[in-house]
Amino acid sequence: MAFNYDKYLRTSKMPTLWCWGCGDGVILKSFIRAVDKLGWDKNDIALVSGIGCSGRFSSYVDMNTVHTTHGRTVAFATGIKLANPDKHVVCVAGDGDGLAIGGNHTIHGARRNIDITLILIQNFIYGLTNSQTSPTTPRGFWTVTQKVGNIDPTFDGCKLVEAAGASFVARESVTQPRKLEKVLVAALKHKGFSYVEALSNCHINLGRKNKMGSAMANLEWIDSISMPKKKWEALPEEERMNYLPTGILKQDEEAPEYCEMYEEVKKAHQGKRGKITQDDFAKKI
Amino acid sequence: MAKKFEINEIEVWDGNYAASQALRQAQVDVVAAYPITPSTPIVEGYGSYVANGYVDGEFVMVESEHAAMSACVGAAAAGGRVATATSSQGFALMAEVLYQASGMRQPIVLTVVNRALASPLNVRGDHSDMYMGRDAGWINLDAFNAQEAYDLTLCAFRIGEHLDVRLPVMVHQDGFTTSHKAQKVNPLQDEAAYKFVGDYVPVDEMLDFTRAVTHGAQTEEDWHFEHKAKQHKALMDSRTVIEEIFADFKALTGREYKRVETYLLDDAEVAIVALGSSVETARLAAEELRKDEGIKAGVIAPRVFRPFPFDLIRDVIDGSPLKAIAAMDKSAPGGAMGALFNEISAAAYTTQNRPLITNFIYGLGGRDFSVEEAKRILKEQKAHADAGHITTPIQQFSGLRGPKLGFFETKRS
Repeated sequence: MAFNYDKYLRTSKMPTLWCWGCGDGVILKSFIRAVDKLGWDKNDIALVSGIGCSGRFSSYVDMNTVHTTHGRTVAFATGIKLANPDKHVVCVAGDGDGLAIGGNHTIHGARRNIDITLILIQNFIYGLTNSQTSPTTPRGFWTVTQKVGNIDPTFDGCKLVEAAGASFVARESVTQPRKLEKVLVAALKHKGFSYVEALSNCHINLGRKNKMGSAMANLEWIDSISMPKKKWEALPEEERMNYLPTGILKQDEEAPEYCEMYEEVKKAHQGKRGKITQDDFAKKI
Repeated sequence: MAKKFEINEIEVWDGNYAASQALRQAQVDVVAAYPITPSTPIVEGYGSYVANGYVDGEFVMVESEHAAMSACVGAAAAGGRVATATSSQGFALMAEVLYQASGMRQPIVLTVVNRALASPLNVRGDHSDMYMGRDAGWINLDAFNAQEAYDLTLCAFRIGEHLDVRLPVMVHQDGFTTSHKAQKVNPLQDEAAYKFVGDYVPVDEMLDFTRAVTHGAQTEEDWHFEHKAKQHKALMDSRTVIEEIFADFKALTGREYKRVETYLLDDAEVAIVALGSSVETARLAAEELRKDEGIKAGVIAPRVFRPFPFDLIRDVIDGSPLKAIAAMDKSAPGGAMGALFNEISAAAYTTQNRPLITNFIYGLGGRDFSVEEAKRILKEQKAHADAGHITTPIQQFSGLRGPKLGFFETKRS
C-alpha cells in the first residue's frame, strides 16, 4: 500500500503554494517518511520555519509549528528546545533564510550543539522574492541583482556549520528522495545540532534565466554538481571544489549536547551546597 | 555620465516603478538593499538602471535589512547620496539603524512600501510599519498614489539634504494598493528632475581625508540631551523647508503639495482623517455623500506625518464648521487609541470648537477599505454631530468580521 502522508499533513492547506515541480514537496514528503520511520508521535515534534518558500512547512505539517521571522528559526527553536528538552525540535529554512539574514543564529546553534535538526533547503537563490543573489548562488549565475553574473563568493553551508561545531552534518539532493529520507532519519535521531542541507530546484526563479527552465533541467544540473561523499573523496584535491559531496559528512555522537549540559548547570546551582562541586561539574562537561 | 532614459509625458507606472525612477533621476550614489515583498521592485529597478548605465551609482545587495540600512548609513557618512527601500519585517529589522541615521543626521531617503507586521505573517498593506518608525527622528512623507510616490521621492532628496535640515526622509506608499497598481503618472524628464533635486552637497564626509571626523560618537548625560533637542528642533524647523520645496515643485510641475491636504473641507461639518491610499477612497465618499445625501463631508490628510503638522491641523479645525471627525488608523494600536486619533485630538483640543472625534481601526493586513465603508463612517459622524455627542464607542474596529468591537463610551457634548 502506498504511504499515507495525510496523517502528517493539514490536508485543508493542500494544494501547496509551491510551483509545479518544486523540490520542496520532495523534502516535505521525505521528512514525513523519516518521522514515520522513527515512529515518533507527531505531537512530540515542534517544527519551526522562517520566511520564504520553505516557510510554508509550518502551515502544511500537522505538528506543533511556528512560522517565525526571516532567518530566526534556530533562535526560536533554541527557546523551544530549552523549555521542552524532551521534545523533538526541527527547523526548516532556506539558504537566504538560514545562511544570510539568519546566518548568525545558524552558526551559534551549531556552536552550542543544541539538539535541533536544521533542514536547510538549498536552492541557490532567493526564490520567493524573485531571484536575488543568495549566499549560495554560484558565481557567474544570472540573478536579478547581478544581471551580468554573480560575483559574490559562496558559502558551503555544511563546512560552515561543521566549523561552527555542529555534531551532525549531511547533504542530500531532492533527486535522491530515499537517501534524503535516510539522512533525515539519522539527523532527527542524532543528539546534538544536526544540519541537513537539501539541495533543491528552483527552476522558476533560478532556472529560467540560467538555461535550466524546467524542473528536470534544474535537477540534472544539481546532479552534475553533487556526488556521493565516497566518490568525492576519491577525486583529486583540485577537482573537489567543483562538486558538493552528499551523504553524512560528519557524525559525532560523543559531543556534549547543550540541553544536557544545561541540566548539569541547573543541578550545580540548585543542589545543596557541597553536593555537586565545581570539580564534579567540570568533570561532567 | 549616465545615459538618458526615454520617458513619455504620460507614463503608466505603479508606485514601485515610480519610486525607482525617482531614485534613478536623483542619480543616487549608493543603494544597499535586501529583498522583501512588496518593495523589492524599487531597488531591483535601481539595480537594473545601474546595470544598463542609466544611473552612475552602486547597487549592493547585502545579507539583511539591518545590514542594508547600516551600509546606507556608512555610504551617507562617506559623503554619498543614498537611498533604499523596504517594507514591514524588513523595516522592523532596520529599526535599530533608523535611529543611527537620524542621530547622525544622514539625509538618506527610504521608500517604505507599507505592509503589515507579523505575526500573523501577512504581506498586504497596512500602516503598522509606518507607525513603528514614527519616533525614529525621520521626516515622513506620505504618498496616496503612484504619481505622489514619484513626486515626493524627488522632494525627499531636496528636503533631507537641505543644509538647514540634514535629516533622513521616509516616503511611504501603500503596499500593493499603490505599489503594484499601474496608474497614470506624469514624470519629469531626466534633466528637469535632476535640476530640481540638485547636486549632492556632502557635509562632514568621511571621504574628506584632509579633515578627519567622527560620526555617532558616544554622549552620556552630559551632551546626549542637547544633541536630541537639536535633532528635534531640526525636524520641527524642517516644516518651512518642506513648504518651500513643495512650492518649488509646484512652480516646476503645477502639482501642489501641502503638509496637510484638505478636500471639500471649507464648509464641512464632518470629516475623515486618514493616511495613504484610503485618502482617495474617503474623498470619493465625501463627494458622493455631498451629491446624494447633502451631507457636508470632507477629508483631512496629513501629507507629512513627521514632523506632525500639529499647527496646520489646529488651523484647519479652529473656527471651522467641523462638528465630528473620524480619525482612521490602519495599524493595530496595541492597547491604546490609534496614533492618528491621539495626534488629531491633541491638536483639536487647542481649538475653540473642539469637534467630537472618534477613532476607527481599519484595513489591517490589507482588509479592503471601500467607498461604502467610508460613507458609513462619515454618516456616523453626522449622527454624532446631530446628537451633539458621540453616539458610539470612541474607538471602533471597522470592517472586522464577527461581532462588533469597540471601546470607551462618552456623553460629553
